[in-house]
Amino acid sequence: MTALKQGTYPAMMQDPYADATTQPFWDAALQGRLVAPRCRSCGTYVLPPQPYCFTCQGTDFEWTDLPGTGTIYTFTVVRHPLSKALAAVVPYVSGVIELDGTQGAGARMLLNITGFDPETVQIGDRVEIWFDKISDTFALPRARPAQA
Amino acid sequence: MTLRDKTAVVGIGATPYYKRGESLPQTELSMACRAILAALDDAGLTIKDLDGFTIYSSSCDPAQVASVLGVPEVRFAASLTSGGGGAAGSLGLAAAAITSGQAEVCVTLMTLQQAARRLGGSAVGDGGAGLGGGGRSPYGSGGVPSWAAFIGGAGLMAPGHSFALLTKRHMHLYGTKREHLAEVAISQRENAIRRPTALQREPLTLDEYFNARMISDPLCLYDYTMETDGAVAAVVTSAERAKDLRHPPVFIAGSAHGGMGRWGSAIFTYFQMPDDYFASSGNRPIAKRLYAMAGMGPEDVDVALLYDHFSPLVIMQLEDYGFCPVGEGGTFVADGNIRWKGGSIPVNTHGGHLSEAYIIGMTHIREAVEQLRGDAVNQVDGAEVALVTGGPSGLPVSGTLLRR
Repeated sequence: MTALKQGTYPAMMQDPYADATTQPFWDAALQGRLVAPRCRSCGTYVLPPQPYCFTCQGTDFEWTDLPGTGTIYTFTVVRHPLSKALAAVVPYVSGVIELDGTQGAGARMLLNITGFDPETVQIGDRVEIWFDKISDTFALPRARPAQA
Repeated sequence: MTLRDKTAVVGIGATPYYKRGESLPQTELSMACRAILAALDDAGLTIKDLDGFTIYSSSCDPAQVASVLGVPEVRFAASLTSGGGGAAGSLGLAAAAITSGQAEVCVTLMTLQQAARRLGGSAVGDGGAGLGGGGRSPYGSGGVPSWAAFIGGAGLMAPGHSFALLTKRHMHLYGTKREHLAEVAISQRENAIRRPTALQREPLTLDEYFNARMISDPLCLYDYTMETDGAVAAVVTSAERAKDLRHPPVFIAGSAHGGMGRWGSAIFTYFQMPDDYFASSGNRPIAKRLYAMAGMGPEDVDVALLYDHFSPLVIMQLEDYGFCPVGEGGTFVADGNIRWKGGSIPVNTHGGHLSEAYIIGMTHIREAVEQLRGDAVNQVDGAEVALVTGGPSGLPVSGTLLRR
């Protein structure tokens, strides 16, 4: 594990343990691209990827590039570490991000949100997704303040 | 066909409540047996009468308990899926078993010992093992599930993290404040002070609340349930048979469990609930069916025992069960409405999970029965109808209306 940094929750996995349903997401992540499966029948985005579309029960999805930006839907500032080993990481901000280009619910992501002041971060703040390369097979998505 | 008033809670049994780990050298099994025998005795029944296990959250293995206690014949054994959300609904499961003629005397229970295993524990470490078993799972291939990588990176793996997210959203939408959460914690502590079974009996001041350790902002130490051990059991039988037992029957007027499909697992790994009920307890559809079944509304409820693993979820349940409009739960509690004395709807008169003990919802059933028998420590004068809820957690959540 690399050195712990306040605000950045350390990756707990070295590999995404992908299956056929999720591999395209992680392939794109390694290239720094945010993609999501979109139902070919009704256009619903589904993240994390699932075998069925919850709107029309379709099973045929098209992997689509997203803008890679979004909005903080809700968040928490974790101030008490889950274990003593994480004392250097708190406080860290993590929360739910609604991704631009999707319908919101159904394609939200639960992410570590870096680069904000924990005392002033707000719901509605604009973010961009960045990919933190953990290993040759795993680039972990995180959110940070969107560039103007 | 309805379950209304066809069955009744006739017996309650419990072990003492203990701080985490202090129930040793008892075991979860021995405490379950102790609570069941006490509940049967409270009803004026014996183990020879018991023929059904109607549980939730897989609280015990009926095969083990039945063999250990020598139950003559088990005729019904089922558990509601998911976790504490099914606590109140397990009474409805008992009612369903009994009214359909499959069993005559059913028990629901929870037994909990957090010495080695902590419910609030996290999945930190072990290379993601806590997210699904890692390389050590005794099941299947031992692989980490493919969804884990979508969740684990956020570092939000303890229940408090999840409920902080719902709370923050509720605050954003409706202006709910920490002072409102504090009123839930303080009012319940006031109730616990008078209750001998409660583990927290010292007064809690607003200053102490605000000076407490912040854990997962906006949730501080006093917004969290305690970690405790113990077992509580409740025995249900038909209304007909209940008439001849030791205590006046506490009728199951209605019971419902479930939730919107898109509520799903709601927390921990999901957070894809539609906007209109994201910042809720998931109980709105339950309330609607429950009141319809019982032929009642919130105005008929005299005391509410609301599942309180986290203080803000009490506020959200007050909204979902119609005691106040959605979005007004914070000001509703701030106005003193949930206080035992003078409140329009006294809430968690036993102190709840926050201050009495956390036995995953069963203490709420126990308190409802005491209120309706008229022998509660913090008795609500003339209480005739009690609401008990389970959850909020992943689907199913649940609610039950009891009446004397």
